[in-house]
Amino acid sequence: MKAVSWQGRQSVQVDTVPDPQILNDRDAIVKITSTAICGSDLHLYNGFIPGMIKGDILGHEFMGEVVEVGRGVGNLKVGDRVVVPFPIACGNCTACQAEAYSLCENSNPNAWMVEPIWGHSPAGLFGYSHLAGGYAGGQAEFARVPFADVGPLKVPDHLTDEQVLFLSDIFPTGYMGAEMCNIQRGDVIAVWGAGPVGQFAAKSAFMLGAERVIVIDRFEDRLRMAREKVGAETINYEQTSVLEALKELTGGRGPDSVIDAVGMEAHGHGALYAYDKVAQTTKMTTDRPVALREAILACKNGGTVSVIGVYSGVIDKFPMGAVMNRSLTIKTGQAHVHRYMRPLLDRIERGEINPSFVITHTMRLDDAPLGYDKFLHKEDGCVKVVLKP
Amino acid sequence: MTAFDVRDQSRIGQPTDHLLPPPDEMTLDQAAVTDRRLSVVLGVLSIALGVTNLAVPREVARFIGVCADGQTQTALRIVGIREIVSGIGIFRQPKPSGWAWTRVAGDVMDLSLLSNATPRRRGDWARNRAAALTVLGITLLDLYSAVRLSRDTLQDVAQPQTIRVKKSITVNRAVGEVYAYWHNFENLPTFMSHLEAVHVTGINRSRWKAKAPAGRTVEWDAEITQDVPNERIMWRSLEGAEIPNSGTVEFRFAPGDRGTEVHVELYYQSPAGKIGVTLAKMFGEEPGMQIADDLRALKQVLETGSVLVADGAELGNRLAQRPAQPRKDEAGGDR
Repeated sequence: MKAVSWQGRQSVQVDTVPDPQILNDRDAIVKITSTAICGSDLHLYNGFIPGMIKGDILGHEFMGEVVEVGRGVGNLKVGDRVVVPFPIACGNCTACQAEAYSLCENSNPNAWMVEPIWGHSPAGLFGYSHLAGGYAGGQAEFARVPFADVGPLKVPDHLTDEQVLFLSDIFPTGYMGAEMCNIQRGDVIAVWGAGPVGQFAAKSAFMLGAERVIVIDRFEDRLRMAREKVGAETINYEQTSVLEALKELTGGRGPDSVIDAVGMEAHGHGALYAYDKVAQTTKMTTDRPVALREAILACKNGGTVSVIGVYSGVIDKFPMGAVMNRSLTIKTGQAHVHRYMRPLLDRIERGEINPSFVITHTMRLDDAPLGYDKFLHKEDGCVKVVLKP
Repeated sequence: MTAFDVRDQSRIGQPTDHLLPPPDEMTLDQAAVTDRRLSVVLGVLSIALGVTNLAVPREVARFIGVCADGQTQTALRIVGIREIVSGIGIFRQPKPSGWAWTRVAGDVMDLSLLSNATPRRRGDWARNRAAALTVLGITLLDLYSAVRLSRDTLQDVAQPQTIRVKKSITVNRAVGEVYAYWHNFENLPTFMSHLEAVHVTGINRSRWKAKAPAGRTVEWDAEITQDVPNERIMWRSLEGAEIPNSGTVEFRFAPGDRGTEVHVELYYQSPAGKIGVTLAKMFGEEPGMQIADDLRALKQVLETGSVLVADGAELGNRLAQRPAQPRKDEAGGDR
């Protein structure tokens, strides 16, 4: 089969590799009909996530048709159309039973690699480095899905791939980001990052009852998407002082909750940003938390800082004084996608949201290298690339 | 690669009496004590000389018969600092072989300085040569001390050692179920990747076959020495085992319906001592890591039904990661 493989820093190619096979009784093989490039794939692309090996197959947002099931999968049959959640979860461990699926205790066979860095290991993920289990990803013609009796969600035929594909990651991720804000009547929510996850976080904040949502980015076409498709207000941080503007927009209170949908490769300006760039380049630190720092300072006293952007290791100059003295709550995590797929599918069916609004580019799988390049450089308004194997 | 180094809890320890006979009481090797004493004397000498050089470099220069100009005094001060550092180094370490070698290096430096020094006047030539001879003598003493200490250290790390490994995991299953699974020793190879087979050969007796480094296998007989249902199983290898070993596994209720805590403690004689353990670590075969992985596999078997196979990992040798691609072989499948 054909698959997108990681070749090194800012280099991917489409390779011909063996077809996947059932390795465990609870596996299924899915023939992929649509798959997407995620913003977090760019962290791999840019070489900021350790534990990548040349030849690793990328991709963790995918859906398709079940073509083979293992003996232990009772709820799926060949021909079912499914969306696959990006965290791999067994459904049996204490974490899974508490619906904390991205913390599955059994799905990362490389837990030993992660423990020295993070203390304990979270779940294995598709196509997201050997730290996350070394699973082949879904930017391919086929994928092996472990614990297929727990993860994949059957989707009805009257919905298009484009409407349901993002149930695999970015819609639940954005939704969980908003849910962690515990939104109350009258709340103003600020979202850093107008990429696909930021768009869904903003949209979800409205769905959960936010009074106003303010989205911060530097790309005008992304901000326009947030205004036109989500109904958010926007701040371009290259033109406006974000902290000043947020105070102005909230009568000096600051947003009730803030969402970091940017993560470890944030951009910014000024001396501190220059410091972050140097520290990250020289491996003195792994992540540049520019957006996170600003979000913390912006948040109102006693508010919630919801972090859904990906971080990999350690950060520098973390404003703990602001967090402690102003009683902020930090909530974070890889999305527990399984928990949200069904209710969010219901919302799509009811017409409350059509997630396909973020798609700007649809390409053949063969064009994946071009897709990565366009997405990285935000060329011709690129927000979301969907690949068709 | 530092980020991938696994810090585990395995450490060198004394076995408790019921597991393995305690190793012979450490008889302090008289030669080793002498070696240590010599290094202490040399350490004191180092510091004394260093302090003198720093305090009165001009007088030292005159004493050894060299011109006491500014440059020489600076050189003497630097030599003084070096002496103090290596002296402190010798005192701070129980096995100061590395620091003893710094003294040898320093001596060589001093000899070359002395041979290049300019005598101040005719009479100084004799003082200069006397100083050089003294340094030469000290060099020989330092060399002797360093060689002896290094030899002691080498002997020490290559001694057979009793290695102790302790690991634990929580399994989301009832204590009775976890105990019963472990109690059937023939199940052990399902989750212990280095065991090939265990056959029960009689009441409390079993024969074990395990993979060893370099493609070898080792076999031994073991007996259960204590068996408290739903609480504890203890076993040990019998006479004639190539690698004498013993183990305890305890099953405890995890609080608040969290299942069963499995606590494993293993003792075994590492044939090549610390060196063997270090080498094993380099090849990803260190027992602490193995047991941690094995316990994860136990949890997978009991909670999910089988050991989970990843695409990009090679079973059995954790450092041999392959690209995260589908496997070519047909041999996959549940272990």
